Amino acid sequence: MLMRVRTVARNLCGLLYLICRHPSALIGLVILVAYVVMALFAPVLAPYPPNTGSVRQSFLPPAWQEGGSPAHLLGTDHVGRDILSRIIYGARVSLWVGVLSVAISMVVGLVLGAISGYYRGIIDDVLSRFAELLMAFPFLLFAIGVMAILGPGFFNLIAALTFKSWVEFFRLVRGETISEKTKEYVEAARAQGQSNFRIVTGEILPNIIHSVVVLATLRVGYMIITEASLSFLGIGVQPGVPAWGSMVDDGRDYVRTAWWVSTMPGLALLLLVLAINLFGEGLRDILDPRLKVD
Amino acid sequence: MLRIHNLTTEFPTRRGAVRAVEEMSLSLQRGQIMGLVGESGCGKSVTLLSILRLVARPGRIISGSIHFEGRDILSMAPAEVRRIRGADIAMVFQDPLTTLNPVFRVGEQIRESLRVHRIGTGRTSRREERETVLSLMKEVGIPSPESRYWQYPHEFSGGMQQRALIAIALACRPKLLLADEPTTALDVTIQAQILELLSRINSERGTAILFVTHDLAVASEFCHWISVMYAGRIVEQGPVDEVIADPLHPYTEGLLRSIPRLVKPRRRLSPIPGDVPDLIGLTNRCSFESRCDRRMPECAERPVSLVDVGGGRHVRCILYE
Repeated sequence: MLMRVRTVARNLCGLLYLICRHPSALIGLVILVAYVVMALFAPVLAPYPPNTGSVRQSFLPPAWQEGGSPAHLLGTDHVGRDILSRIIYGARVSLWVGVLSVAISMVVGLVLGAISGYYRGIIDDVLSRFAELLMAFPFLLFAIGVMAILGPGFFNLIAALTFKSWVEFFRLVRGETISEKTKEYVEAARAQGQSNFRIVTGEILPNIIHSVVVLATLRVGYMIITEASLSFLGIGVQPGVPAWGSMVDDGRDYVRTAWWVSTMPGLALLLLVLAINLFGEGLRDILDPRLKVD
Repeated sequence: MLRIHNLTTEFPTRRGAVRAVEEMSLSLQRGQIMGLVGESGCGKSVTLLSILRLVARPGRIISGSIHFEGRDILSMAPAEVRRIRGADIAMVFQDPLTTLNPVFRVGEQIRESLRVHRIGTGRTSRREERETVLSLMKEVGIPSPESRYWQYPHEFSGGMQQRALIAIALACRPKLLLADEPTTALDVTIQAQILELLSRINSERGTAILFVTHDLAVASEFCHWISVMYAGRIVEQGPVDEVIADPLHPYTEGLLRSIPRLVKPRRRLSPIPGDVPDLIGLTNRCSFESRCDRRMPECAERPVSLVDVGGGRHVRCILYE
């Protein structure tokens, strides 16, 4: 066990070193870590509670603008809530939704994809047709539909996002499994008397996991955007929970007079997704041996 | 120890069934090395895969029996076959680089092969397993095993990779080693080393080896017995020295004539004219007839079977019936 921990630690250190040599991956990682810290320590970092404010303080501009005050760095919204505090709390929703929905999609896609690709046959036909059926729907439209049926709420949101998103992982894992399956090391494993389960989890999976990790990273950004879109439309997390999408929506009517109400959470969203994509693409460069140019 | 009787393995295609192996019979005693020689596509590899019941679908074994230590592999339950694979019968493949899993360290892969068949028979500690792996690596001639243990397959040279594969195959002390052209991907000097290693394993451990090769020269140096295959069938079988010195079947003769000689007198190579026949719709008549320089009108009319000509030699040719 200790040995395994040590090996994993060594591999992680090696990966970290490679990331440090890849500027855009490093930038992405740093911003990402900052967001995660922000979300984790929201109660400590946020100057105000997210949902309290007084109407007397409404529409205060950001600190650097005329009329702004250092007490509210990024200004306040239409009911006087501190935008910075709400952005900090909003990071929790975005990150949770992004990570959780991708994690579930990944596990589902990984299991079904591996079964489908390894065994083929009727299971593969059924699962593949079902996946293609789901692919035919535009993602956002599909999510809106599911949310309309389930109603708003954190877990419903996760369900709506996961319901279609596993297909991406399924297709990737299935394809990779099919191509790995024909390789000689799989035949050798079979000649060694390994069971199918062991061959899939112990031999094939370690060979394809890097592309799954890359896809997962990139999908987190996409999920966060979709969550924000749904929240913007008012069918995301429950009202009252600070989410960036609904904050943008809050400021929609005042864009001309108080631009910061919508813009600030939008920028927070932009920066996070940008960081995730930078990191994800950097990770792909690092992990994909086919792209390696030294 | 191993007795194959009338094995036929078939691959259905749109144009009809391809009989990759037909009526193959062969037996191998403990501690013997049997060479299975023939050109590409003659069914050598399929024979090996059939022994382990690993013929890929849609291919299937349609008849015959394969007895290993008295039990018929073909009638065993899948779980029983799996217990034999790797433990009693191990296999060494042709291309060592692709046969090793690229993402695991070589030592760990050898250790993994120990673990596959140790489940349930008492726990061995990681340290003991590593000791075993290191001694295996030493036995197959991998220098400085302690540091080699932690290297990845691509950090090994071709010869070292093949040694690692042999170590994996030997891990569970198999009684029979199936070697599928283990030296083909290697250059000649390395080839000789690997062959030497295999014969040392054979003499020290008493492991029987079924050695597939297309290289008659390699087979003649290394094997005790030899079976020459052509178009899915065995055409000649016997002790290696006698077959080489006095080939009976015209195909074996042809093979021997097409080996280049380095010593004088050099002579012009005489390749066998023509191509291997289409394996679809072969009859039980001689399949070498169209390329044979000793064919007779009778060849195209009468079926031929493997005849015992005495001295442990068998031949499938109308000349000896």
